[in-house]
Amino acid sequence: MKKLLRFLKDYKKESILGPLFKLLEATLELFVPLVVASLIDVGIAAKDTGYIMRMFLYLILLGIIGLLFSVTAQYFAAKAAVGFVKKIRQALFAHMEGLSYTEIDRLGTSGMITRMTSDVNQVQSGINLTLRLLLRSPFVVIGAFLMAWNIDARVAGIFGLTILILAAIVFGIMFLTIPLYKGVQQKLDNVLSATRENLVGVRVIRAFGMEEEEKEGFGKKQAELTHSQLFAGRISALMNPLSYCIINIGIALMVWKGAWQVETGVLTQGAVVALYNYMAQILEELIKLANMLINLTKAVACGNRIQDVFEMSSSQEYPSKTRKQENPHMPQVVFDHVSLKYATGGENSLNDISFSAEKGMVVGIIGGTGSGKTSLVNLIPRFYDATAGKVLLNGIEVSEYSKKDLRSKIAVVPQKPVLFKGTIRDNLRWGKKDADDEALWEALTIAQAREMVEQKEGGLDFEIEQNGRNLSGGQRQRLTIARALVKKPQILILDDSSSALDYATDAALRKALSQMEARPTVFLVSQRTASLQHGDLILVLEDGELVGTGTHDTLLKTCKTYEEIYASQFKKEAGG
Amino acid sequence: MKMNQKEILLKVWKYIKGYRGRLGLSIALASLSVILTLYAPVLVGAAIDYIVEQGKVEFTAIYQLLLRLAAVALITGLCQWIMNLLNNHIAYGIVADIRRDVFARLQRLPLRYMDSHPYGDVVSRVIADADQFADGLLLGFGQLFTGVLTILGTLLFMLSLNPAITLVVVCLTPLSLIVANFIAKSTFSLFNVQSRTRGRQTAFVDEMIGNQKVVQAFLKEEETLTSFEEINEQLERCSLKAIFFSSLTNPCTRFINSLVYAAVALSGAFAAIRGNISIGDLSCFLSYAKQYTKPFNEISGVVTELQNAIACAGRIFELMEEKEQLPDKQEARLLQQAEGFVNFEKVSFSYLPGQRLIENLNLKVRPGEKIAIVGPTGCGKTTLINLLMRFYDVTGGCIRVDGVDIRDYTRKSLRLNFGMVLQDTWLKEGTVWENIAMGNKEASREAVIEAAKAAHAHSFIKRLPNGYDTWLTEDGGSLSQGQKQLICIARIMLLLPPMLILDEATSSIDTRTEMKIQEAFGRLMEGRVSFIVAHRLSTIRDADQILVMKEGSIIEQGNHEQLLNKKGFYYQLYYSQ
Repeated sequence: MKKLLRFLKDYKKESILGPLFKLLEATLELFVPLVVASLIDVGIAAKDTGYIMRMFLYLILLGIIGLLFSVTAQYFAAKAAVGFVKKIRQALFAHMEGLSYTEIDRLGTSGMITRMTSDVNQVQSGINLTLRLLLRSPFVVIGAFLMAWNIDARVAGIFGLTILILAAIVFGIMFLTIPLYKGVQQKLDNVLSATRENLVGVRVIRAFGMEEEEKEGFGKKQAELTHSQLFAGRISALMNPLSYCIINIGIALMVWKGAWQVETGVLTQGAVVALYNYMAQILEELIKLANMLINLTKAVACGNRIQDVFEMSSSQEYPSKTRKQENPHMPQVVFDHVSLKYATGGENSLNDISFSAEKGMVVGIIGGTGSGKTSLVNLIPRFYDATAGKVLLNGIEVSEYSKKDLRSKIAVVPQKPVLFKGTIRDNLRWGKKDADDEALWEALTIAQAREMVEQKEGGLDFEIEQNGRNLSGGQRQRLTIARALVKKPQILILDDSSSALDYATDAALRKALSQMEARPTVFLVSQRTASLQHGDLILVLEDGELVGTGTHDTLLKTCKTYEEIYASQFKKEAGG
Repeated sequence: MKMNQKEILLKVWKYIKGYRGRLGLSIALASLSVILTLYAPVLVGAAIDYIVEQGKVEFTAIYQLLLRLAAVALITGLCQWIMNLLNNHIAYGIVADIRRDVFARLQRLPLRYMDSHPYGDVVSRVIADADQFADGLLLGFGQLFTGVLTILGTLLFMLSLNPAITLVVVCLTPLSLIVANFIAKSTFSLFNVQSRTRGRQTAFVDEMIGNQKVVQAFLKEEETLTSFEEINEQLERCSLKAIFFSSLTNPCTRFINSLVYAAVALSGAFAAIRGNISIGDLSCFLSYAKQYTKPFNEISGVVTELQNAIACAGRIFELMEEKEQLPDKQEARLLQQAEGFVNFEKVSFSYLPGQRLIENLNLKVRPGEKIAIVGPTGCGKTTLINLLMRFYDVTGGCIRVDGVDIRDYTRKSLRLNFGMVLQDTWLKEGTVWENIAMGNKEASREAVIEAAKAAHAHSFIKRLPNGYDTWLTEDGGSLSQGQKQLICIARIMLLLPPMLILDEATSSIDTRTEMKIQEAFGRLMEGRVSFIVAHRLSTIRDADQILVMKEGSIIEQGNHEQLLNKKGFYYQLYYSQ
């Protein structure tokens, strides 16, 4: 949390002025008992109505000035809090965008979104609260103590003692309960996930007749939650009653001491009333402070979650400029004994993969579920770093490229066709910012999406909804392919991106790709042998190992895995 | 099916009833502590009256009063503490009761409900609404109760001290309520703008951070950052307005309180000059003036909170009032081990009344047959499975298993006779082993491994960090879709129920593994009935009957050869693949 405070830097003025005006307001409030004291000691004693009226007007004046001060304070506090949080959001967004795939996997999408939204909001109210109120209470408490001391140092000793004991209680209880409340939150999460799991799996649960067991499991988790809530509640329930007791006992002691001081002529009756008022003020503020501190701990917890993200640095570094000269005589892509193990653990996802692909080749990648096809192509644009071996592009290692140079050479069509809210044109221009319509239509034609876009109302201006909800899977897939083509990349990676297309469209797409003028090197991941059959090079993966390389015909003879995959798909022709 | 507040409160009362004793005690303690809290300043005031001036201090009387004050403080503290504990018990207890009931209810709701309500909505009712309800209603109620009691008590004490000054206080306090209300009303629209802007920002974050891998692949980081900045600035502007204006409430009400305070001081001083009130009483009055205005400010907040709590309770009860599925018949039979005669007789069904989906469907399945259901997306393939499993009940005709209407069996026994694997896999949080042994917790280690081997899942499970003991998070965590499907298949391989339902069960598995699994199923399902929904027609050519569905009805029926010879819809489908 502490490190987040650097974002307050630009709001130094506000974050000083806010509390300062609060301080002024609190100070004014401290004069109130003094005014009342002299009203009693002078005004009433002398039956001086003029004096009483004057004191009354002072009270009103104090109120008005206090109002002005506190409104000013509120403004600065709000401005600092809102601005602070704006900076955090901005920096957080930028930071997240700089994280590599490894960290994205670790954080998880929903984790990043909650940090960006609800956590940040919690921090905002925490900061606002601190600037506005939290600083006020200690001012008032200390101020009241000083005022009391001013009236009578000996009586003020009782004040000091009371405040110390109260502070010990408030912080002690907080210290004890914060970890307990963290536990409560954890248990609540468990109840939540049990509910969610039950809903998502309702068909399977009922198919296995597990309703009763589910109820039992849920009951257990809920009981754990209730238990920990009650346990934490038992301690925090002490806060208010204890402070009340101690303050009142403090008041009793104070009045007693005050009585002696009056008896010896050191104090007046009015002064005792004033002292009493100060004590009451302390009580009120301390109770407010205690309640606020509980809220603040929440904000701190959220702040720490945000801080964790800031501390997570990208595990990949890119040179700001590409460091080496490309070598036009080298094959375009070379894998040299490459292995990959994800940070999440387990075994290698890729093991000792070596191959090279010449410019303009169509490289097919095939293999069973979880065999490492996507992992392999993700290494080319350096979405992940190989844990062993080298990946070379145009003769130099991918890690030698600047991010911009590397990514601009490669276009990826991911497995899941992602589009963004906006027109089709906006989406296609993700590939190239200034692409004209002609270029867009050309890409659409190759991607077999021309007809589909023409039929949409508005053509290129057709509005796509968030996540492309208003398009079918096949339509989205073709648009993502077109988007990649607009980029005119040297290397095009199609990661199982025609799975939602029927066989005829898939074939037409492949044909159009092969007829492109400046044909990119294509990496084609697929589960269908038919899609890869005509590739210049086919890589067969099994459990992260490269078990076959070659063309369709050679693989049929040399690679048993490939042969089996082929057979499994073409049985129908073979069988009749 | 909206309930009004009275109905909701009546239902809430049912839950509170169990805690009547504790609630009563809590109210009694609250009353006691309010009275004592109000009594304390009286004691202090009286003590101050004995401290007149030098030489006129009556120590014995003061000592007595202060002892009493200490006792009052201790008793008040004790009351408050016990009351807090009781309130915690009541609040958390009621939430737990409600949650358990809702959850139990969920187990009995028809699938129709789950299918038509987003999970997030139901989850938020069970979790967030229940919490809000407890906080709001019970704590809010406590605050309201003590607040009102404090106001009334203060009024009484003040009246007994001096009616004239009391009148001054009573006339001025509503001002703070009016001001607070005015501010709340005028900031409402500002908050609206803020939450709308915040919504837009969240949507943007959701889209861009959610698809960050694509953003990065297209080097769009800077551009998205710029767009984000724009929304962020807008949000800053409207948040500032909303927060600033709403934060005026406190200073304004505090100002009014200080006016009240000053008025009390003034009128009190005049009364004291005339001898109508002692100095001690005046100091007591002043502390009352402070106490009296505070609950007013709190109450206006509490009322909104209470409204909110009732709304939350309403949402929870709405869920609890949802119509349950038809309970099993009283004389419902247990289906032990079905032989495998499945008959659809003139079955009709639709999800919505008036809509036509399945009409007059007839189908006869004999033991050992393999039935395939094919057709374009949305044609009702999955509906047939919903009917077989009794996730939904037919609206006309009947389905018989071994000659008996499935509605005459208990649901559980019927369902246990089917082994079902769906396209949308579902794994429970737990180990891989637990997930495979879901249907038979007593299964031996060997049996589980055997089943996993048959499902071709053994080799990848072996490679997981802890093999079969690897802990899977909700919905399988990092497993790929295909791997999840393999585990679900292993689950069924372990049980080998007499009838099998595979709804696109191998859609994410590569074709070679799929073929091997099919072989394994073929061996294991010898003599058993299976229903297979498939996308890839190559996998179902050997089915005994193929049902070709289109728009809810079966348009062609027969085996592969017959259907091809027909040159109808199946023929088209088959050759387009």
